[in-house]
Amino acid sequence: MNFPLFPEAASSMARQVDYLYAYLTVVTVVMTGLIFAVVFFFAIKYRRKHDDEVPKPIHGSLVLEITWSIIPFIVMLSFFWWGAQIFFANATPPSNAMDIYVVGKQWMWKIQYPGGQREINELHVPVNRPVKITLASEDVIHSFFIPAFRIKHDVVPGRYDTMWFTATKPGRYHIFCAEYCGTEHSGMIGWVTVMPENDYENWLASGGNEGTMADQGGRLFEQLGCSTCHELDRQGRCPNLRGVYGSRVQFTDGSTRDADDAYIRESILNPNARVVQGYKADVMPTYQGQLSEEQLLQLVVYIKSLAITGAPGVPTAAAPAASAGSRQ
Amino acid sequence: MSTALQTPEVAETPNYLNSEYGWKSWLFTKDHKRIAVLYIISITVMFFIGGIFASLIRVELLTPQGDLVNSDTYNKFFTMHGIVMVFFFLIPSIPATLGNFFLPMQIGAKDLAFPRINLLSWYIYIAGAAFALSAIVLGGVDTGWTFYTPFSSTYSNTFVITAAVGVFIAGFSSILTGLNFIVTVHKMRAPGMTWGRLPLFVWANYATSLIQVLGTPVVAITLALVGLERAFHIGIFDPAIGGDPILFQHMFWFYSHPAVYIMILPGMGVISEIVTCFSRKGIFGYPFIAGSSLGIAIIGFLVWGHHMFVTGMSMYASLYFSLLTMLVAVPSAIKVFNWTATMFRGSISFDTPMLYAFGFIGLFTIGGLTGLFLATLGVDVHVTDTYFVVAHFHYVMVGGMVLAYLGGMHFWWPKITGKLYPEGWARFAALLVFAGFNLTFFPQFITGYLGQPRRYHAYAPEFQVLNVMSTAGASVLGLGYVIPLIYFLWSLKYGKPAGNNPWKAKGLEWETSSPPPTFNFDTPPIVTEEAYAYGSDSAHQEDSHHG
Repeated sequence: MNFPLFPEAASSMARQVDYLYAYLTVVTVVMTGLIFAVVFFFAIKYRRKHDDEVPKPIHGSLVLEITWSIIPFIVMLSFFWWGAQIFFANATPPSNAMDIYVVGKQWMWKIQYPGGQREINELHVPVNRPVKITLASEDVIHSFFIPAFRIKHDVVPGRYDTMWFTATKPGRYHIFCAEYCGTEHSGMIGWVTVMPENDYENWLASGGNEGTMADQGGRLFEQLGCSTCHELDRQGRCPNLRGVYGSRVQFTDGSTRDADDAYIRESILNPNARVVQGYKADVMPTYQGQLSEEQLLQLVVYIKSLAITGAPGVPTAAAPAASAGSRQ
Repeated sequence: MSTALQTPEVAETPNYLNSEYGWKSWLFTKDHKRIAVLYIISITVMFFIGGIFASLIRVELLTPQGDLVNSDTYNKFFTMHGIVMVFFFLIPSIPATLGNFFLPMQIGAKDLAFPRINLLSWYIYIAGAAFALSAIVLGGVDTGWTFYTPFSSTYSNTFVITAAVGVFIAGFSSILTGLNFIVTVHKMRAPGMTWGRLPLFVWANYATSLIQVLGTPVVAITLALVGLERAFHIGIFDPAIGGDPILFQHMFWFYSHPAVYIMILPGMGVISEIVTCFSRKGIFGYPFIAGSSLGIAIIGFLVWGHHMFVTGMSMYASLYFSLLTMLVAVPSAIKVFNWTATMFRGSISFDTPMLYAFGFIGLFTIGGLTGLFLATLGVDVHVTDTYFVVAHFHYVMVGGMVLAYLGGMHFWWPKITGKLYPEGWARFAALLVFAGFNLTFFPQFITGYLGQPRRYHAYAPEFQVLNVMSTAGASVLGLGYVIPLIYFLWSLKYGKPAGNNPWKAKGLEWETSSPPPTFNFDTPPIVTEEAYAYGSDSAHQEDSHHG
């Protein structure tokens, strides 16, 4: 019977984690073996020979105490240092990473691609290309876990989290929800399919009949009436959003921050939280409870696109021919 | 149990068991020993209730499909297993039973400082347990013992508030026991019982008490807030109404990480008693073992964030929590090394308590070292929330704490009841527990690294072989728990008289009769030597107590 001790290693980080895990395992086995051996040896060698023997007391040894405090601590520092290296690498996606958006919802994973393709419980990624996943939750805390990539990240409602990986081996691997989320927690599973670059482009081209995510966001922007105040060709009652994403925004209270996904999200759901300098509070209504996390992400991607390209809402990928490829 | 205890034939000499009879004499007692017995009965009941849920979990996991019960029921099984075991068995286990019984005796006191508060804490415990059990009877809870928000505060449709109230109430029992111990150790020590002579079991319970008093209010407040959010929609944890779900985790783990030290420190105290007694040797490095208990209690408050490395917490906070978690492992390592060194040139016997101590040292070492995997950031990202975590904390909580509890029960049973249990059966059960435990939980390290998430009703088929091993092990482990229950009860009626000191142990509790008289000592003891003074010339001192 096949009896693996390691899951498949299919990301650039997977072997790194395995090496560190192997190092920890070796230290654990050596230490436990040593303790077992010494206890066993003492127990046999110094076993009680007759009932009234009383050995001589030994009080202790400062040298030993210091030795067996310092040496383990140094070994532990090596765990810490190596683990921190991997953690740092996990935390900072490369700037050329492609974006994919994942929404956790009791009890499924909804996945959106910038090209507008959507899937449930299936994630397709190209091999050897860094992928940055933006995570959002519609309800409770979930955790997006791909054992073959050795990564997981909690999906916390009310905010965006990100994780990234570079898949290195074509194949199909588990996606699990790792944070207990209610009745069908163990059914909140799916598959990630790692494809060679060409196949991946073909796959992308076969799905998505609703335009790109930015197109979808642009349509929402019109439908919700955002564009009546946030005019794009001239300055209206509300800030012109062209070029806002990624810029430094100044607020009425004098504070500033970079306009990122989280800022856009907050501005839609809680517009009064930070009011841009030169504008009034209470002009924009809240959209809390009126938009799904998927729609919010589409708006975020749309507003992001306004900062990247010249024309409003035009960053179209390869022509999204209507097709049955879309899973939703 | 109480009917057997009421039989006057237990002992001719007056003792705490035959001083009074009838249920009132138990339910209104102020004797710390009788209260300890009440606790032993109560937590044993809770242990077997929690154990039934564990068995149901293991039977369901025999097959990858969720086929024995539906998902909601399974989720309630693991939740109630966790709540009952953590809050109603592990936390009170050693302090409220063996601590209650022996902490006053070991320092030469006739009772705890506040006997009425001690009885009150048992009633509070019973009230808390009644709420928790009624949550089960009403239909159960499905939040997991960790009550994570916003699932618990908004989404779960089960009896969350009832269970949370139970835990909230039981917390006060824990606080009061802690307070009682702290005051008792400060004010009630016998003449000559200096801090440097305190038995290590007392030091361990003292350190535990500090955590109970300082930490428990935080979890009580946290659960109260969950209840308020659930009942009145006050936005504290649910982001849909303006709350922060991660705030809950910070507050919950601020208590619940130190709480694992509440669970394990008293066990470490028991092991110090057993290792010295059955090696007939003073403890190696007394100040280091005593100090490491305090070190664990203090540093233990500063590491809670290691439960949250994948929540998106600041990277620098994660670094800090990782580093401090490495640091808290040092005092635990010190203890293991010192126990081992204590055996050097000792006179080692293989009586049942010592078998449990051997088991504890080995399994706690594995539990502690695998904790370092979880403290190591890059590895934790992969293994957190998998069966690796389940295996790790069962190595500490069952391999460590439950073995220490069983070891302590076997060590002190002759003192508590005045009876000996059948040694052969006891050794056999100890071996069963050790073997069954490892067969149950070792495979879970592997399934965890392979990626099986915890709290899964149905799981991927490739994990089945290891899960079947776990279930097989759990059956052996269960048998290992039932056998002691049987022979302990048997020994109450048929056990041979134990005598005052069957192990030839040191310590004031062994200098009085078995079972002890109501006020513990016929003549108030005077302490003239350090703890565990095996091999030193102390015969005259013993004589003075018996004279």
